[in-house]
Amino acid sequence: MSQTTIKQLADRLASGKTSSVELCQDYLARIQAGNPKLNAFITVDAERTLAEARAADARRAANNAGPLTGVPIAHKDIFCAEGWLTTCGSKMLANFVSPYDAHVIGQFKAAGMPCLGKTNMDEFAMGSSTETSYYGPTRNPWDSARVPGGSSGGSAAAVAARITPAATGTDTGGSIRQPAALCGITGLKPTYGVVSRYGMIAFASSLDQGGPMATTAEDCALLLNVMAGFDARDSTSLEREKEDYTRDLARPLAGLRIGLPKEFFGAGLSGDTAIAVEAAIEQFKKLGAVIVEVSLPNSGLSVAAYYVIAPAEASSNLSRFDGVRYGYRTPDYGDLTEMYEKSRAEGFGAEVKRRIMIGTYVLSHGYYDAYYLQAQKLRRLIAQDFAAAYRQCDVILGPTAPTTAFKLGEKADDPVEMYLSDIYTIAVNLAGLPGMSLPCGLDGQGLPIGLQLIGDYFSEARMLNVAHQYQLATDWHQRTPGGF
Amino acid sequence: MSLSIDDVRRIAHLARIRVGEDEAVQYQSQLNGVFDLIARMQAVDTAGVAPMAHARDLFQRLRADAVTEPNRREAFQAVAPQVAGGFYLVPKVIE
Amino acid sequence: MQWETVIGLEVHTQLTTKSKIFSGASTAFGAEPNSQACGIDVALPGVLPVLNRGAVECAIRFGLAIGGKLNRVNVFDRKNYFYPDLPKGYQISQFETPIVEGGALTIQVGDREKTIRLTRAHLEEDAGKSLHEGFHGMTGIDLNRAGTPLLEIVSEPDMGSATEAVAYAKALHGLVTWIGTCDGNMQEGSFRCDANVSVRRPGEPLGTRREIKNLNSFRFLEQAINYEVRWQIGEIEDGRAIQQATVLFDSDSGETRMMRTKEDAHDYRYFPDPDLLPVKLDEDWIEQVRATMPELPQARRARYQTEFGLSAYDAGALTGSHVLSDYFEAVVASLPKADPKLVANWVMGELSAALNKAELGLAESPITAIMLTKLLGRIQDGTLSGKLAKQVFEVMWTEGGEPDAIIAAKGLKQMSDSGEVERIIDEVLAANAKSVEEFRAGKDKAFNALVGQVMKATKGKANPAQVNDLLRAKLTG
Repeated sequence: MSQTTIKQLADRLASGKTSSVELCQDYLARIQAGNPKLNAFITVDAERTLAEARAADARRAANNAGPLTGVPIAHKDIFCAEGWLTTCGSKMLANFVSPYDAHVIGQFKAAGMPCLGKTNMDEFAMGSSTETSYYGPTRNPWDSARVPGGSSGGSAAAVAARITPAATGTDTGGSIRQPAALCGITGLKPTYGVVSRYGMIAFASSLDQGGPMATTAEDCALLLNVMAGFDARDSTSLEREKEDYTRDLARPLAGLRIGLPKEFFGAGLSGDTAIAVEAAIEQFKKLGAVIVEVSLPNSGLSVAAYYVIAPAEASSNLSRFDGVRYGYRTPDYGDLTEMYEKSRAEGFGAEVKRRIMIGTYVLSHGYYDAYYLQAQKLRRLIAQDFAAAYRQCDVILGPTAPTTAFKLGEKADDPVEMYLSDIYTIAVNLAGLPGMSLPCGLDGQGLPIGLQLIGDYFSEARMLNVAHQYQLATDWHQRTPGGF
Repeated sequence: MSLSIDDVRRIAHLARIRVGEDEAVQYQSQLNGVFDLIARMQAVDTAGVAPMAHARDLFQRLRADAVTEPNRREAFQAVAPQVAGGFYLVPKVIE
Repeated sequence: MQWETVIGLEVHTQLTTKSKIFSGASTAFGAEPNSQACGIDVALPGVLPVLNRGAVECAIRFGLAIGGKLNRVNVFDRKNYFYPDLPKGYQISQFETPIVEGGALTIQVGDREKTIRLTRAHLEEDAGKSLHEGFHGMTGIDLNRAGTPLLEIVSEPDMGSATEAVAYAKALHGLVTWIGTCDGNMQEGSFRCDANVSVRRPGEPLGTRREIKNLNSFRFLEQAINYEVRWQIGEIEDGRAIQQATVLFDSDSGETRMMRTKEDAHDYRYFPDPDLLPVKLDEDWIEQVRATMPELPQARRARYQTEFGLSAYDAGALTGSHVLSDYFEAVVASLPKADPKLVANWVMGELSAALNKAELGLAESPITAIMLTKLLGRIQDGTLSGKLAKQVFEVMWTEGGEPDAIIAAKGLKQMSDSGEVERIIDEVLAANAKSVEEFRAGKDKAFNALVGQVMKATKGKANPAQVNDLLRAKLTG
C-alpha cells in the first residue's frame, strides 16, 4: 500500500525520479487489480491516460510544467470530458461520449494532470450510497459488504484504496463529504460559485458544487488551486481574484474559535461517531483552539427543505434527457409521447424517477407556494442561522454523517432513511457555504469516521489550514483499508 | 397530505415517465413517505422571509453580444439517436 | 343584437442581436439545419446559459419607447414542458418579474387616435423548428432558431375590432423597427402575433376568450380575428358557450381550428431559473440607452403636423417606419426651397407606388433621397413640369441615372425660351384658324384645344402656364 500524496508525487516528478507515464502505469495497474473488488470506475481507458501522461512528460521536458503536471487524477463521471464516455451513472447516458470538456476537466488538462478514468456514482448524483448507479454499486474498500457513501462513492473508494492519488467529486447535499467520511479520506466542497459548474451534469443547479477528494487536506488545497477560478460560461461563477489555497496551511491554530452547533450533537448520532468527534475537539483544544457553542436552530429542517428544492431543480434539469438529441431512446415506440415516456422510464433508475416526480409535484399548479416557496424561505432562515453563528466563531465543527458506512441494500428500499444520511451536510449546500470532511477515527468495526468542518463564505484556505494542522497532529488520514 | 394514485399518474405524465400499475402503487407509498418528511417544513412560520432561490444574493453577469460558437453539428449529432440531413428525427408531431 | 369585440395581442418580436440570448451561436436566418445550434442550444448535458447583454439592452430600449416601467431587478424563470423543438424541456422566460411593465402605444384608426395600454414585455428564448414533411413519416428538428432572443409584448384587451388590432400591430411593428430592436421581417418570423379574442354584449362582463396562435401577417391577423368573432357570435347565438381554448388559423380555409382546450392546458411549473441570477438594470445603463434613443414616431407625427403643416393622415403615414420618415426628412432638408408638402406628395405618391409595385422596401429603392431631392429641385426651379418630372422619375426608376443627365439625354427639359414657344404658337394659330375664330366668338373650349395643340407641338415640353399666358395675350392683344 502506497502512502503517496499528490504533493509527494509532484515532488518526485519535479526531481525527475519518476515520469508521468510510470506513475500512470502504476495506478492503472492498481486499478486493474483493485477495481474488480470495488467497482469504483465506470470507464478506464489506458491508451487515453497514457497519451495524456506522455504529453505531460513532454511538457516537463520542455520546462513547461506546472506544479502538478504529470500527477494523475480520476474524475467523477458527472464531468463531461471530450472523447470520454460520460454516463453520470445512468443508462440514459450509457453511450454518451462527450463532445466537450467541462471547465474543471479543462483546468486539469491545462495543469497537465492525466485522467485515470471516470468514477462511479449514484445515478445523476442522486443518492448517498452509490447503489443507484446503473453500472452497479461501488463497494467500500474498508468492508466490501458496505457502501462507500455517495454520490461521489466511486471517487471516495478509489482514493481510499489508493488506486488513484486523488479524484474530483461533486456535492449537492453532501456528495463529497459523506463518502469521504465513509471511506476515510479528505474531501472539500467549496463555496458555491468558486468552482465552475460548466460541463458538470446538473442535478440541482443552485446547490451543486465540484470539489477535490484526496488523502490529505494539503492535497485538497493543491487540487482546489487547479479547480477553482472564474469561468464566464457559468453565470453563477464568482469573479474573484485567484487564490492560493495552500497559503494558510502552516498557520498555527492558537486562538481559532471553533463553533459546535448543539443541534449536531443530539440524538441520532451514533456513539462511536460522537466519541471520535469529541476526541477531535480535544485535539483542537490542544492545538490552541477555543470552543464555543453555537446554534443552527433551523438546521433540523434542512433535509425537508432540501428534498423540495433539489428535486424541483432536478425535475427540470433532467427534462433534457428525452431521447431526441443524445442518450437513450427506447427501441420500441409508436408516437412521440410513448417515445418520451418509455425512453425516460427505461433510461432512468428508480431513485432518479422518484426525485423527478417529487420535483414535478412540488412545482405543479397549486402546490408551488406550500412547497417550493416555503422551502426557499426556510433556506434563507438556514443561511441566516449560519451568518449568526459566524459572528461567534471562525469555523463550525461537527460530524459529517450520523453513522459510519452502512451495508449494501440496508437503506435501498427506504428513501427517507437514505435521505437522513445527509442530515449534517445538507444545510451547508442550502446556504452555499464551504464544507469539508476529514478522517477522525475508526468505529468499533474498524470503519472510518468523518469530521466535518464548515466555514464561512470563501474561507476555504482557513478550513484547509485547520484540517492540515489536525492532520499534522493525527494519523487518521493515513489509515488505509487492507487488501489494496 | 397524501398523494392518490391519480396524482402519481398525473405527475408521471407531466414528467413524461411511463409508470405501470404496480409501479404506481409503489411510487405512491414511497412518495408519501417523502412528503411526510417534507411536511415538517409547514410547521415553521416564514411570514416576511424572502425566498432564497440562489446560494448567494448576487446579480447576473452579462456577456457581450458576439458570435463565438462555431458549427459543431457533426460532433453533436454523432451521439444522436436518429438524424437525417442534419435534422434530429422524432416520431411525427401532430399539432 | 349588438356585440362588442374585445382583443388583446401578444406579439413575439425577435431581437436584432448577433448572437443568441443565452449562447454565442449566430442568429442569422436561413443557415443549414442545426449548423447554428451550439452545445447550449442543443442542451448538451452540463452546459449553462449566459445572458446576452444586447438582448437586455433591446428590452430597455423598448421599455423607454413605450414609457413603461423598467424593473430594476427582473428575473428569468423556467417554463417546463416537453416538445421536441424545446431541447432543454423548458423555455427560459420571465414570468413573475418581467423586465418591462406597463406603458402604452397610440394608434391611428381612421382619423381617430386611440391609446392601447401594454401589460408587460418580457425576454425569452425562441424554440427550434419542427418540419413535418420529407422525413418518411417522422418529424425533423432544426434547432438553429432555438435560443433566439425574443421580447414578448403583451397588450391589455384594449382593441375593439380587427381593424384596431391590425392598427396596433402595425404601430408596434413600426415602433420596434424604428428603435431597432426588431428587423420586423414577418416572413422570417421576426414579428409574430397571438390574438386573444372574446365577444360580449355591451355592458356585460368579459366573455370567454380564445387565443389564436402564430399569426405572421397583418392580413392573416385581420382575417383570423374577423372569422373568430363571427364564429364566437354564431356559437353564442346558437346557445353554445365558448370554451377557453387555443386555436390555429388556417390561411387556406380562412378558418380557425382548435389546438387545445383549457382542460388539457399545460402545467408549466414555472420557477426561477437556478442557473441565472436576477438581472440588475443600473441607472447609468438605462441613461446610456436613453441617450441613444431616436426621436420616436409619436413625436415626429406631431412635429410634421405643426412644423410642416401636414395632415394627420400624411404625418401618420410618413412616420410608419423609421426609414421612410428619415428619407422624407432628408429630402425636405436638402431641397433648395422648403416644401414638405411637395416632398410628402412625391414620397407617398410616385415613390410608394413604385416601391409597392416592385415589392421593394425603401432601403432597396433605386431612387435615393439625394436623387429625389435633385428631381424635385428641378420642379422648384421650373426646369420640369410635374408631368415631365414623372417621366424623369420613370426613367430614374427603370434605367437609373441622375435627373439632369436624363433631362438632357431625353430632351425632357421644359422649354423656357419664350421666343421659341411664341414661334410655335404662331404656327399653331396659323394652322387652326377655325379654332381662333370660335374662341373670338366666345367659345372658351376652343382656347383649350389651342393649348393642347401647342403642347402637342412642343412634345409636352412647354410650360403650360407660360403657353396659357402667351396664347391669351396673342388672341386678345
